[in-house]
Amino acid sequence: MSTDRPLLDVKGLTASVAGKTILKGIDFVVRPGEVHAIMGPNGSGKSTFSKVLAGHPAYEVTAGSATFDGEDLFALEPEMRARAGLFLSFQYPVEVPGVANAQFLRLTYNTVQGARGRDELDPLEFDDFVREKMKLLEMNPMFLDRSVNEGFSGGEKKRNEILQMALLEPKLAFLDETDSGLDIDALRIVAGGVNALRTSDNAIVLVTHYQRLLNYIVPDFVHVMDGGRIVKTGGKELALELESRGYDWIAKAA
Amino acid sequence: METSTVSPFLDQLLADRPVDSARGWLGRLRGQALEQAHGAGVPTVRDEDWRFTDLSPLYKLAFRAPAVVPEPTPDAIRPHRVAEAAVRMVFVDGRHSPALSSAVDVLPAGLKVERLGDVDGEWLRSRLGAVAAFTDDAFVAINTAHLQDGAVVVVDRDVAIDAPVHLLFVSTQPDAAAHPRVLVVAEPSSDVTVIEEHMALHDGAYCVNAVTEVIAEANARVRHVKLQRDGKAGFHLATSAARVERDARFHSHDIAIGGRISRQNLRVALAGEGSECHLDGLALIDGRQLADTHSFVDHAVPHGISRQRHKCVVGGGAHAVFNGRVLVRSGAQQTDSAQQSRNLLLSERARVDAKPQLEIFADDVKCAHGATVGQLELEEVFYLRSRGLDDLAARNLLTYAFAAEIVDAIGVKSVVERLRAHVMARTGAQETLR
Ligand SMILES: Nc1ncnc2c1ncn2[C@@H]1O[C@H](COP(=O)(O)OP(=O)(O)OP(=O)(O)O)[C@@H](O)[C@H]1O
Ligand SMILES: [Mg+2]
Repeated sequence: MSTDRPLLDVKGLTASVAGKTILKGIDFVVRPGEVHAIMGPNGSGKSTFSKVLAGHPAYEVTAGSATFDGEDLFALEPEMRARAGLFLSFQYPVEVPGVANAQFLRLTYNTVQGARGRDELDPLEFDDFVREKMKLLEMNPMFLDRSVNEGFSGGEKKRNEILQMALLEPKLAFLDETDSGLDIDALRIVAGGVNALRTSDNAIVLVTHYQRLLNYIVPDFVHVMDGGRIVKTGGKELALELESRGYDWIAKAA
Repeated sequence: METSTVSPFLDQLLADRPVDSARGWLGRLRGQALEQAHGAGVPTVRDEDWRFTDLSPLYKLAFRAPAVVPEPTPDAIRPHRVAEAAVRMVFVDGRHSPALSSAVDVLPAGLKVERLGDVDGEWLRSRLGAVAAFTDDAFVAINTAHLQDGAVVVVDRDVAIDAPVHLLFVSTQPDAAAHPRVLVVAEPSSDVTVIEEHMALHDGAYCVNAVTEVIAEANARVRHVKLQRDGKAGFHLATSAARVERDARFHSHDIAIGGRISRQNLRVALAGEGSECHLDGLALIDGRQLADTHSFVDHAVPHGISRQRHKCVVGGGAHAVFNGRVLVRSGAQQTDSAQQSRNLLLSERARVDAKPQLEIFADDVKCAHGATVGQLELEEVFYLRSRGLDDLAARNLLTYAFAAEIVDAIGVKSVVERLRAHVMARTGAQETLR
């Protein structure tokens, strides 16, 4: 494992939504090149954790800190976090009726490229570029003409998320249940797409309920979240153990 | 109707009728309408139908018949040309302008676009006023009392006209009132698109009181696109009424952008079995504008389908009103009706009054309706921001998209592009989408 400085360093994070405390003290470190998996029962706070990191305005950070690539993450607006290289693949991607997917993808791509001091692409150049990326995910180009996520099936939405990841080239990608709702072929394709994007400089956090995904994207660390805390951390074998034994034994042991 | 019997506004408006040279039935029609108009008076906010739309700023003004002034140059109306149009008929302050209209001798076979006065009287008699009755509405009565000029569009049986007919109504002078009149008759199994556009070349106060009647005969398709882009001090009062006969289909796209106060009545009678209407509306207003749409879909017979999407984007201290009445009469079994009213408020002071009004007297029907009023969805804004767009860009994009859904459905490319550019400029999405 790399000994570089952490890409993400979260210390003592507590957060609440609608006046209710959900995250109750999270310490979490990700270094470049690593793959982390976060598992845990429904409602344990996994999505909340990812949304807090991405800057969702409904979630309030009440204590703790997060450093991303050397910067104070919580001092940044959500869009600045994205431009700095943090990417969240939503558990429930949002439908945006009336905005063509191609238009949206180009807009986000150019905005982020511009912020990083790189060249933007005009519509024709972008069209070629995005079609190449779509091939990687075996996505039908007709999804370019449809409104963003509108009427997409669950699996199509997840592919569209990973397509955005491929375009935005994040340093840290938080994939919240990207595998849920994918059939086995789609899972293989999406996981292959994610693996193709991995380098020694970036890192991935997978939020999942299933070992199945972890067969394709093998984690270095597996964390179990329960009641807004990380209650156990282990290697990839922990996921197998969770699959066979469930979560109860951890709660009892803790 | 609540009447204000002493109305200098009305008296002046009715006094200023053109010298009545028409004889016979048309003269009688005007006379009856005039009587009705005098008797009924003008509506006030005490009328249920006008509760939210206070016309007193209009009634304070006195409008005269338009003076004869030099016509605008072709350049002045060039930005409003519809490239795809088969024919363009232009009316200046309510009067037909041959100079600005396109030549009518090159029309596609099966399409007639004529001035009211040039149409065979007997043919007209059974159609004019048959769909928009002057007894229905005070302003229809006033329009009918002024009946002189207008456009008549007729498509022959089995003829499909791909290129739209463009009717352009231009106001060139303040303080004038015009009473445009349009009649569209689509004979059985024909197909036509009519674009009715209203605009001004000045910023003064004026009044447009328009009536459009559409008859879609059996199995015909009519698409009526109305672009209300009146001047910022203009008053726009209008009734569009359609009768949709057996298996026919009526599409309506009502875009309200201009005017200080505008009122669009849309009345659709699904009169034949298997008839359909698809009604799209968009009000895009700000400042001190008021845009009111009152629609009425009358399911009179079985197996009718109606689909309605009405959207309002309201900024500044503007006020949008939507009242969507759907009547399903007792015989109209198997009616399938859906109505959706969605409203976006862009400022604290913006206001919308949206009301569906379902009256169902048949038992075997499918009727759905919904109304939403709100700001942009937090989740949508966050989603876009999480992809790197700043807050303003995200909001502009979403506002643009909200309106663009209605614009895109118009289906006439140059009109869609023109409106998209306008919506973009209004929402600021221009910067975002470059
Ligand atoms: N916007 C919100 N308003 C109120 N409560 C919320 C909100 N978002 C999350 N919660 C609550 O916070 C808790 C954690 O939810 P979260 O979505 O983070 O769980 P999760 O671990 O992702 O669950 P799952 O595995 O089902 O996706 C739950 O009790 C949930 O109801
Ligand atoms: Mg979750």
